[in-house]
Amino acid sequence: MIELSNVSKTYFSNNKGNGAHAIHALKDASLNVPKGTIHGVIGLSGAGKSTLIRCVNLLERPTSGSVTVDGQEMTRLSNAALNRARHRIGMIFQHFNLLTTRTVFDNVALPLELMGQKRHTVRDRVIPLLEMVGLADKANQYPAQLSGGQKQRVAIARALASKPQVLLCDEATSALDPQTTSSILELLRDINHQLGITILLITHEMEVVKSICHRVSLISDGELVEDSEVGDFFTAPRTQLGREFLNDFLQLTPPKELIERLLDAPSEHTHPVVRLTFSGDAVSTPLISRLARECEVDVSILQAKVESIQERTLGLMIAELLGTPTQTQQAMHYLESHQLQVEVLGHVQRND
Amino acid sequence: MSSAMIDLILQATLDTLYMVAVSGLISTLVGLPLGVMLYVTRPRQILAKPVLNQVLSIITNVGRSIPFIILMVAIIPFTRMLVGTSIGINAASVPLTIAAIPFVARLVEAALNEISPGLIEAAQAMGATPWQIIRKVLIPEARGGIMTGLTITVVTLVSYSAMAGAVGGGGLGDLGIRYGYNRFNPTIMLITVVILVIMVQGFQSLGDYLVRKSDRK
Repeated sequence: MIELSNVSKTYFSNNKGNGAHAIHALKDASLNVPKGTIHGVIGLSGAGKSTLIRCVNLLERPTSGSVTVDGQEMTRLSNAALNRARHRIGMIFQHFNLLTTRTVFDNVALPLELMGQKRHTVRDRVIPLLEMVGLADKANQYPAQLSGGQKQRVAIARALASKPQVLLCDEATSALDPQTTSSILELLRDINHQLGITILLITHEMEVVKSICHRVSLISDGELVEDSEVGDFFTAPRTQLGREFLNDFLQLTPPKELIERLLDAPSEHTHPVVRLTFSGDAVSTPLISRLARECEVDVSILQAKVESIQERTLGLMIAELLGTPTQTQQAMHYLESHQLQVEVLGHVQRND
Repeated sequence: MSSAMIDLILQATLDTLYMVAVSGLISTLVGLPLGVMLYVTRPRQILAKPVLNQVLSIITNVGRSIPFIILMVAIIPFTRMLVGTSIGINAASVPLTIAAIPFVARLVEAALNEISPGLIEAAQAMGATPWQIIRKVLIPEARGGIMTGLTITVVTLVSYSAMAGAVGGGGLGDLGIRYGYNRFNPTIMLITVVILVIMVQGFQSLGDYLVRKSDRK
């Protein structure tokens, strides 16, 4: 439904004296979002998320590469055709961008007015939309009278007014509190379910990705560095940045005192500290007690957490493996052979 | 005070109102589109035309920088061509209008500046044409600011029209100079000033009311 191929965007800023200075906001980004899915793009601020999503409806024109939405190559359209194509792409924003001088009703009616629709057709479309987002009773109020969550609901109704195939969400929940965020996310999920609308969203919050996305891409410094199923991303991110996002989200970092004691290299009197990630069947197997029995190592759990990510369960643990170097080595092999991810964080001196 | 004097004051008041109304109306009709043009032709704006923008901006600045008293005299040939005379209220309305146009344009531009760029972006994302953005987003959203600007313009025009009176323009300024100043009649002088104050007060209150009505923030 949405396809970006090798999209790059370069800005030129004229620095006085040293000539044009190029900023590569997007480098050779390729992305394919199939019909009916929710795709998230996550990244730190300044990573190029906003540029990426704005390239889809050409609010930003890519310097090179092509953008195709619903089989239409956006980058080749004339201005008039581009405007028609934009009617089939809804967009919502971090700061809602509602017109302050229009009522809720008139805000939702705006895209229909722009398409030149008749008054009664507009009415027939706007009222059900307001009912869907639960704001039918606020039709005659002005945006200033609404809360942030309500404003975003109006913006969602407005984005859906022209019956788009695609909805772009630009940090749609970043200005909202956690409770409102989850209600807005629920609404987006319903829209995706009921109307089959393809959603591309950008965010810096793992929570958003976790709760509604099917697939996720990680963007860093203008490049899409990772693209995976949400379940895979949360259980086994392939990049360092992905792991950082995940650890940040799960808040599973070793305690500070431990980090200070960690040594990079093993020696005879150390034992390893490992981070174990397990998902799928491994979650329900009593691996730790088996480890103790079969490899004769003791396991001291420093931190542990179990998260459910959509239909999957994810377990995380930071543990010290206590035993002789051969035993602990064996233990790690044992864990890996049972589909656990083992990451050695370092080694600590034995107390004994 | 003689009834002739009262008639004179009444006539002068009407003349002032006439000059303010004519110049206010025409300068709004020309200044509003000019202000919108100044805004939308900026680089990166919806109708970016940097060269045109520069030209418009320079013309506007020139218009703004000429002192009114000099403008009035300088364009006498033009005024004569337009209304056939260089004295009287019709003649005074010409330089008033010319002076007010760039003033209105800059105030409209300033009002448009206050609009969040996000609103324009949202309209673009909906597939709005530049003309639709101007009509459905920019003008309605800047209405409060534009009203404030027009109020300032009208109040400025009241005082400028009094200045025009000094060179035979008619109206309250003319009355004040001829009867109050040249004939040492402090009562007339005081009355013209009081009427001007009341007029300004009235326009300001009306303007404030209209701004309140159009502001939904």
